[in-house]
Amino acid sequence: MSDGGKTPSRGHLLRCGPGEAILDLRLHETMGGFQALRKALAMDPPRVVEEVRKAGIRGRGGAGFPAGVKWGFLPKDDGRPRYLVINADEGEPCTFKDRYFIEQDPFPLLEGILISAWAIQAHRVYIYVRGEFQKGIRTLEKAIADLRRAGYLGRTVAGRPFALDVFVHPGAGAYICGEESALLESLEGKAGRPRNKPPFPASVGLWGCPTIINNVETMACVRLALLHGAEAFLAMGRPGDGGPKVYGLSGQVKRPGLYEGPMGVTLRTLIMDWGGGTLGDRPIKGIIPGGTSTPVLGPEHLDVPMDFDSMKAAGSMLGTAAATVFTDDTCPVGVLLRIARFYAHESCGQCTPCRDGTGWLERIVEAIEHGEGRPGDCERLLSAARMITGNTICALGDAAAFPVISFVNRFRQDFEDHIAAHRCPFGAV
Amino acid sequence: MALEFSAEREREFQEVVARYPDRQAALIPVLYLADREFGFLSPEAMEYVARRLDLPLTRVVNTASFYTMLRKRQTGRFHIQVCVNVACHLRGADGLLRHLERRLGISPGEITPDGLFSLEGVQCLAACGNAPALQVNYEYHEGMTEEAVDRLIDRLRAEAAPKGGEATRE
Repeated sequence: MSDGGKTPSRGHLLRCGPGEAILDLRLHETMGGFQALRKALAMDPPRVVEEVRKAGIRGRGGAGFPAGVKWGFLPKDDGRPRYLVINADEGEPCTFKDRYFIEQDPFPLLEGILISAWAIQAHRVYIYVRGEFQKGIRTLEKAIADLRRAGYLGRTVAGRPFALDVFVHPGAGAYICGEESALLESLEGKAGRPRNKPPFPASVGLWGCPTIINNVETMACVRLALLHGAEAFLAMGRPGDGGPKVYGLSGQVKRPGLYEGPMGVTLRTLIMDWGGGTLGDRPIKGIIPGGTSTPVLGPEHLDVPMDFDSMKAAGSMLGTAAATVFTDDTCPVGVLLRIARFYAHESCGQCTPCRDGTGWLERIVEAIEHGEGRPGDCERLLSAARMITGNTICALGDAAAFPVISFVNRFRQDFEDHIAAHRCPFGAV
Repeated sequence: MALEFSAEREREFQEVVARYPDRQAALIPVLYLADREFGFLSPEAMEYVARRLDLPLTRVVNTASFYTMLRKRQTGRFHIQVCVNVACHLRGADGLLRHLERRLGISPGEITPDGLFSLEGVQCLAACGNAPALQVNYEYHEGMTEEAVDRLIDRLRAEAAPKGGEATRE
């Protein structure tokens, strides 16, 4: 509940520092590994679901939807196989937490997967890993083979009769596949174009079967909730938003990297205390709090707690809790240009407002940054962005529009200065 | 000449297909195998994959064309991908990419005449805590500086040089 003091905690979610790794199954066992799994296997599956619901684990992929509630959407057993799919397609720019679990500490992730598969009675799990994570894919495949040899996978799980198989499926370089229904299309071997919803994957998912899709960090949280109990896990975070959290910090700060703390540390704690403040102690100009799709904030938001509800109340989103900081000597138009370029490149092309709109946004921002902006461009940007929001099948359109709206509103004077001067006042070319 | 998987690739093929209750689900993993075996996904390679998975060629092409990592053309032996997204931009990625362009004498999208290097600016590689970052054949190099890039290029050239001989070109 508190800010957690000035020292980041380590050990719940982040067991390894930079350059360290726990890749030995026996080492994981000596560190309390599989205790949570054994607890879960001794419980009836619905009791495990209830425990996860009570722990208040909100989905760590960015949307913050309660994991236990999502699991509750599965229809009653109707004979169709059920699938658990892990979204390890970490691609939201400025986000780099799931890669940690995949490359440096795969066993808590896999133990969480085993527990979750038991809870929802899925006999087959696919981990959809971003294609660029070649090392991570090799690491996971080896860890899964080790689990099978040690009796944690196969016809029984740790001695309990329960047939379970876990497979790694590689992505191939499309950001949109992080959207859960596009991910399913991709897993089925198709282009990753999001599906219309409803039906939701819990009822009609992979190959038309009931499917639960959860994020990597969410799986590590499931393990912790079973290990410590739902109440203790919930108490580590905020009311209704339980547990410890992995925070990312990047950009123009002294000590970028991953940090662990209770859910709800303030931006100030993360940036100033843990991150050591900005490079050259320059004033903060902007903070992107949780991946590039989350609206940009400023120095007046430093005391906002980083949890799902507080960030929303402040006009942004927690997203992936990966704060990116830039200082007063950085051109905000240039930052927005990188963001706009990304979403224009990654739009899957299915919905016209997103396919065309993201291109307009990129071209207008590019023109402004390169001194070719025209009076009225800020209005044009805002109006084009508003024509995208709410008018597309998936959230990529919103993700492209929110940063444009927030950058233009927050840094309006910088945009107008570029247009009036016919060049970037920060000297960008 | 008809394309064919090597014995080892064939073993991987059988293993991959067994993971899924549906043949098309194996398509992306199998396209990776074909990419590795044949260098890139030529029209012939895609026809081969279609035949092996018993899928219509149009379906194979439709999937292959959607994904940037499924290569439709040749790259250099060392494919260098520099992240140009926000977190790396804020830590000097633009300068790093320009330095590589000068050093290799190519622009993004091109291959050096000796076929050793190709260069590309790519989107966020999830290495933001240690920016700027790049990948060489999908292997990470993080916290890069111009000096570190120079050392890396020298090492890759030495790696490519025939045993006991001089570097292929300078």
